Amino acid sequence: MTTSIKQLPDIEQVLSGNGACGGCPATMALRIVGKALGSNAIMLLTPSCSVASMGMTPKLGYNWPCINICFATAGSSASGISHALEIMQEKGRLQGELPTVFCWAGDGGTYDIGFQALSAAAERNDNMIFFCYNNEAYSNTGVQRSGATPRGSFTTTTPTGKRQPKKNMALLMLEHNIPYVATATVAYPGDLYDKVVKAKNTPGMKYIEILAPCYLGWQFNMPETVQMSRKAVRSGSWLLWEAENGKISFNNPSAHIISGKKKAEPVDEYLMKQGRFSRLLKGSDAAQRIAEIQGDIDREIAFMRERAKITI
Amino acid sequence: MKSVTKAYRPISWPMKGAGGDTGSWRVHRPVVDPKICSKCQICWVYCPEAVIDRKEITIDYRYCKGCGVCATECPTGAISMEKEE
Ligand SMILES: Cc1ncc(C[n+]2csc(CCOP(=O)(O)OP(=O)(O)O)c2C)c(N)n1
Ligand code: SF4
Ligand code: SF4
Ligand code: SF4
Ligand SMILES: [Mg+2]
Repeated sequence: MTTSIKQLPDIEQVLSGNGACGGCPATMALRIVGKALGSNAIMLLTPSCSVASMGMTPKLGYNWPCINICFATAGSSASGISHALEIMQEKGRLQGELPTVFCWAGDGGTYDIGFQALSAAAERNDNMIFFCYNNEAYSNTGVQRSGATPRGSFTTTTPTGKRQPKKNMALLMLEHNIPYVATATVAYPGDLYDKVVKAKNTPGMKYIEILAPCYLGWQFNMPETVQMSRKAVRSGSWLLWEAENGKISFNNPSAHIISGKKKAEPVDEYLMKQGRFSRLLKGSDAAQRIAEIQGDIDREIAFMRERAKITI
Repeated sequence: MKSVTKAYRPISWPMKGAGGDTGSWRVHRPVVDPKICSKCQICWVYCPEAVIDRKEITIDYRYCKGCGVCATECPTGAISMEKEE
């Protein structure tokens, strides 16, 4: 059973009055992550909205030891810290439960610039949780295209809509043969919480990706962050799944879409709510380009359904 | 080398209001009607700013940014967004 809202712990690791935009999906997600991790953790951040949101020195908007590191180095820096902690414990210089080492990076810091260090840390199975909060663009610098930007989306570097599909980053991490991989999004806080608790209690490399609908980059109304997150899942644009030791299971409502019990909502309505697709929807070739986007979603659903059947 | 005093080290400490009194950003103010509210805590869980008290369902206006997520997600319609003066 998924943890209910009323069962979530009181602890708040994201402090009120931080520098994030109103309605920010990254802080919304990090709040839930904080409830699962507790205070005994060390946070590493790459340049991103979540760094800008920390506020100004000498104040810090997150209640953990936080380290701001170079864009390309989240995986390797976390590996170093994780090994250092283990050695300190071995030498008796650190008592009690070891803190959870976790990276909190954007999609730019994960799919693109941070990929090499992340891949290497995963291959070594170093002990950490790597979170990617995925707002599908380089938002902090004014919304440029990333490897997570979906086909058709406007960004400042794809003025006529991106022509390529996004990567399936969580699947790439799964194929590193690490003990735990999961996807989540802000509309389903109990699901996210349970996944983080599982990751915290699993030794080795864990990867959790959280879809984070950003009103500024996606161009929808600020109060609709959670609505957009829900629509992404219901349209099948974002699938909720987790894999323990390589075995995939889907979480509701994605499980129903995968099993065919419930049809995914057509993608049009989800796209129409977002200004980043409005130019595409107004173009003379709109029908064809929507069909391409729907095709990407259908292919992903079909692929993940089959991939999940491999359980050896 | 000259020693660097604590004030000049690039180190920050966890504190509320790291982005200032962010309540001043608000254009609309969420107002909870306790007669309608069922205390389901849905607004509390989605508030990105952690400014809603989960038991009393009261809001800390010093930091509430007025994003309106709470009002949009409230299943009973107990939260109205009222224009700030
Ligand atoms: C090596 C390097 N290149 C570029 C930048 C500029 N920069 C700062 S934040 C950012 C965008 C990060 O995008 P993402 O990781 O998706 O996080 P988001 O801002 O979307 O939260 C960029 C390009 C930098 N700080 N360092
Ligand atoms: S641009 Fe988007 S992700 Fe960045 S702080 Fe604002 S709402 Fe959050
Ligand atoms: S979501 Fe609405 S009904 Fe539920 S606790 Fe908040 S104000 Fe009350
Ligand atoms: S308006 Fe936004 S910041 Fe203010 S209480 Fe509601 S959800 Fe929280
Ligand atoms: Mg991003």
